[in-house]
Amino acid sequence: MLKQRTNWLVTSLIALGSLVIFIPLYLVISIALKTPDEMAQSVLSLPTGLHFENFTKAIEATNFFAAFKNSTVITVVTVVFTILTNSMVAYAIARNMDRKFFKGLYYFFVSAMFVPFPIIMLPLVKQTSQLGMDNPGGLIFLYIVYGAALNIFIYVGYIRSIPRELEEAAIVDGCSPWGVFWKVIFPLLTPINATIAILTCLWAWNDFMLPLIILNDPADATLPLVQYIFQSEFGTDFNLAFASYLLALSPMVIVYIFAQKWIIGGIVKGAIK
Amino acid sequence: MSREDVVLNNPKSSTVTIKKKKTKIKMKNIHFYLMTIPAFILFLTFHTYPALQGIYYSFTNWDGLSLTYDFVGLKNYLNIFKDVNVLNSYLFTFKFAIVSTILVNIISLAVAMGLNSKIKGRNFFRAVYFLPNVLGVLIVGFIFNFIFSNVIPKLGDTWHIAFLSNNILGSEKMAWIGIVIVAVWQACAFNIILYLSGLQTVPTELYEASALDGANKWQEFWKITFPMIAPFFTINMVLSMKNFLMVFDHVVALTGGGPGRATESISLIIYKGGFSGGEFAYQSANSVIYLIVIVAISIFQIKVLQRREMDM
Repeated sequence: MLKQRTNWLVTSLIALGSLVIFIPLYLVISIALKTPDEMAQSVLSLPTGLHFENFTKAIEATNFFAAFKNSTVITVVTVVFTILTNSMVAYAIARNMDRKFFKGLYYFFVSAMFVPFPIIMLPLVKQTSQLGMDNPGGLIFLYIVYGAALNIFIYVGYIRSIPRELEEAAIVDGCSPWGVFWKVIFPLLTPINATIAILTCLWAWNDFMLPLIILNDPADATLPLVQYIFQSEFGTDFNLAFASYLLALSPMVIVYIFAQKWIIGGIVKGAIK
Repeated sequence: MSREDVVLNNPKSSTVTIKKKKTKIKMKNIHFYLMTIPAFILFLTFHTYPALQGIYYSFTNWDGLSLTYDFVGLKNYLNIFKDVNVLNSYLFTFKFAIVSTILVNIISLAVAMGLNSKIKGRNFFRAVYFLPNVLGVLIVGFIFNFIFSNVIPKLGDTWHIAFLSNNILGSEKMAWIGIVIVAVWQACAFNIILYLSGLQTVPTELYEASALDGANKWQEFWKITFPMIAPFFTINMVLSMKNFLMVFDHVVALTGGGPGRATESISLIIYKGGFSGGEFAYQSANSVIYLIVIVAISIFQIKVLQRREMDM
C-alpha cells in the first residue's frame, strides 16, 4: 500500500524539529570549549581550538569529583533500596486488594502523589534536622519513602497481571511466604523493576529541591546543587560556567546514549499498563 | 481506577483464590502485614505527619525560630487572600501552567504522530526527542538563561530584529514566556514518548478501513486516532498540569522570581517566605490552600476528561 513508502515530508519536519533540541546542546558544547575572546567575536561559531582548560578550571572550582561521587552514591543506593522495598510493599498490596486494609493502603500511597511538596517542606526541614537526617543518608531515605507513592501505583498494576497459580504452586512445594516473593515474584518483576529503576535514577540524579532543603554541609552537595551554589561565583565567565554544566550533564547523557533503547522501552512499559 | 479493577480482577479467578485462602491460609496473612506496615509507618512519619504539622502551624503565628507561638485562628488565611504577592504568584503559576500544559500536549502529540508515521531514522529521532528528559531541569534552566540573556539579544543586534535584541527574562511582562519555553522544551520529551506508546496501541486495520471509506487525514485524526488515545490524553493533561503547578527549578534557574516579583511561583514564594522570610506559619497556610487547589484541579480534570473519553 501507499502508506508503506517513506514519508519524506514528515521526515524532514521531524528532522527540522530536532534542531530545537540540538541547537542548545551545540551551544553548551561549543561555549564550554571556547575562550572569552572567541566568545566576544561570535557566540554561535565553532570553537577554533579545543580549550580544555575550562574543564580543568571548572573541576577545581566546583570540586566536581566530590559532587559527582555524592550524586552517584545517593542515586545508586536510592535505586537499589527503592526496588527491593517498594516492590515488596506493592506485592503485598496487590495480592490483597480485596481486603479493606490493603485497599486503603493503596489509595493512601497513591493519593500522596497529589500532595504538593511545599506543604511538607517547611515542617520536614525541622524534623530532619532534629533527627540528624540532614545528610546524604537522610536524603536517600526520603527518596525511598517518597518514591513509594508513584512506584506502588506502577508496581501494583503490573503485579495484578501476574497469575497467582505460580505462587500457589510454590507454596504447595513448601516455599515460605517470603521465599515466594523473593524466589518467584521478584524475578518476574524484572521488566517493571527496570522501569522503576530508570524513573528513580533520573529523579534522584536530577532533583534539586530536596537536596537544597535537606543537605546542610556543602561538602555533601549533589551535582545540581553545586551548579546552584556556584552560579553566582561563575559571574560573567560563561565559558567556565558552561564547562561546569556540561560536566554535570554528561554522566547521564553518556548513560543514555548507551542504554537509550532500554531506557525508552522501560518508560513505555511503565506507561502502557 | 475502577475500570481497571474490573478488567484485571477476573471474577472467576478471584473467587477461586478466596475459597482456597479460607481453608488453609490464616497464618499466611501475617507476612503481608509485615511487608507493608513498616512502609506505612515510615510514609506516615515522613509524609503525612509533616503535612499535618503544616496544617497545624497554619493556625499559629510561628516564625519558624522562636520558642513560643500563639494560635491565631484563621488570621493567616484571611491575610493570604489580601496579600498581593501571593495573589500574583497564583496568577503567574496558573498562567504558566495552563499555557505550558496546552503547548506541551499539542506539540508532543504532533511530534509523536510524526514519529509514528513512516519516516527515516525513526529510532534515532525518537532517542533525540527524549534526550531533554534525562537532563536536569535546573541546569537546563541555567543554559537557557544564558541563551535568553546573551545569545538571542546578540543575534537580534546582528540581524537587526528589534524584538529579539532584549533579554525577555529582564522584562516583567515577558519573563514568564521564557519560563514556558524552557518548561515546554524539557517536558515534551516525556510526553512524546507517552503519546507514541499510545499511538502504537491503535490497530492499523482501523486506518485501512477509514482509508477505504474515503476519510481524509483530519477526519482520521478526530474519529480514530484521538478517541483511541484518549486515556493517554487524560493522563498527560492531568500529570503535566499538576507538575507545572508545582514549578520551582525552572524559576530558580531562569529568573529567581524576578524581575521584581513577576515570576514568583507558588512553590518559590512558600520556600522564600517560609525559610528566610520568617513566615513559617503564614506560608504554611498558603501551602494548605495550594494543596486544596491542586487536589481540586486534578479531580476536576480527571472527571471532565474521563466523561469526554466515554462520550467518544
